[in-house]
Amino acid sequence: MTGRSAVQKPGAVRSLTERILPPIVLGSGFVCIWYLLSYGLLEPRRRFLLRPPHQVVKVGFLDWDNFSDILESLWSSTKVAMIGLAIAICIGLILAIMMSQAKIVERAIFPFMVTLQSIPILAIVPLIAFWFGTGQRSRVVVCVIISLFPIIVNTLFGLQSADRGLHDLLTLHHADRVTRMRKLMFPNALPAVFAGLRISAGLSVIGAIVGDFFFGRGDAGIGQLLRRYANQLAGEELLAAVIMSSALGVTVFLSFGWLQQRAIGRWHETTTGAN
Amino acid sequence: MESDRTGSATGSLAFEETGMVFPDGTEALQGISFTVDKGEFVTVVGPSGCGKSTLLRIASGLLEPTSGSVRADRDQLGYVFQDATLMDWRTVRGNVELLAELHGIGSKERERIAAEAIELVGLSGFEGHYPKALSGGMKMRCSLARSLTLKPPVFLFDEPFAAVDEITREHLNDETQRLFRTEEFAGLFITHSISEAVFLSTRVLVMSARPGRIVEEFDISFDYPRLPELRFDPSFAELCGQVSLRLRGSHA
Repeated sequence: MTGRSAVQKPGAVRSLTERILPPIVLGSGFVCIWYLLSYGLLEPRRRFLLRPPHQVVKVGFLDWDNFSDILESLWSSTKVAMIGLAIAICIGLILAIMMSQAKIVERAIFPFMVTLQSIPILAIVPLIAFWFGTGQRSRVVVCVIISLFPIIVNTLFGLQSADRGLHDLLTLHHADRVTRMRKLMFPNALPAVFAGLRISAGLSVIGAIVGDFFFGRGDAGIGQLLRRYANQLAGEELLAAVIMSSALGVTVFLSFGWLQQRAIGRWHETTTGAN
Repeated sequence: MESDRTGSATGSLAFEETGMVFPDGTEALQGISFTVDKGEFVTVVGPSGCGKSTLLRIASGLLEPTSGSVRADRDQLGYVFQDATLMDWRTVRGNVELLAELHGIGSKERERIAAEAIELVGLSGFEGHYPKALSGGMKMRCSLARSLTLKPPVFLFDEPFAAVDEITREHLNDETQRLFRTEEFAGLFITHSISEAVFLSTRVLVMSARPGRIVEEFDISFDYPRLPELRFDPSFAELCGQVSLRLRGSHA
């Protein structure tokens, strides 16, 4: 074992540079094209459409007044996304467990889940505003709706994919439903649950931003801010806010990957990306 | 004569005219009658798809026969599956403790019997490993250890070593035989390997293709402990030849 890891080490170092270098090169390429477009393509009076990168950094990130605005609304949206996600997790786990216990419940619920999933979120946002108002509650509802489906589907799949032999073993030793769920089906579902969580967490962030875009009341989030910057033709701030929004999405995705690694990494080989 | 063989009170397994017809009309088993007593190791060999596994599922009570009956001491049945069927999220120790846990045995006692079983299959030192870090043979050992924890009077093996390589398989055969000697259970073993059957058993039953029937019975009288070298003994080869011949006859 030790011999093998010693042999693998240089490979690991090399693969790290192999992994980091390509995105850096590509990213630098992007920045170059950005400059080219900003200075080469746009005449000075139309340059507000795409400010050069250093302007964006200076106005959007280094000007504390602007940056603190962005951070504040980002934090507000993060809270909404996480509350929505937490509610979706609770509802999703409970529904999936119910569905796994009785085929009839699964048959009853599933068509509605698929229907709910296939409605474009933009189409129901006005309806949500109509029913729940345009405050904080509506923002959370959008997050719940958008992130529920992957949690249910993945959890259900995980619960149902437990090994036949292990089920037989528990049957042979007279395990009841609760024991079967607790000792076999639920732990077996964990990798799938985490896979669903990573998708849902990202969706919840999108839900928070999209919802915020349309809802005026309550704490303004990053959606409201994006709208305001766009209306003010504040190109630098707008781009900075967009960059920070995607940074939030990436952070959430990575933290759930980390959480997964902590929770089940000891026994489960993680094969999903971003590692 | 028949009542004599089914008479023993504990640790025995008896099939009486057992038949199985699946709902789709497939007749899997037909008129199966035999007993396995304590201290007996009976192996059923047969072509694939002849209903061997069905026989075992019926013996364990996982499946109800459609005719005839089965009598078995099922309270603490030992069942070794085709695959190791371990829980990935439990360590070797956790997996081995599972059955004791299901039977509500306290944690101190559980630890003790798990340690004993792990020792018995030669997995000491690997207690804290998760299945993903074990080789196929080690997983199978862990599975064996798990089924040993309750000291089952009846042990059912469903082609347990089919998925491991030849060398590992012979090792596991040696150990199964040793366990049979020390634990003195009634063993019913399913396999399609003739030499495995002859090496392990006190009796080999040959099953016909579907519908499965017992077509021949061989008493294997080699003394225990059986050493690995027995496999190269001419009389061993001859017995294997006889079983093989009968097995081929049953294909026709």
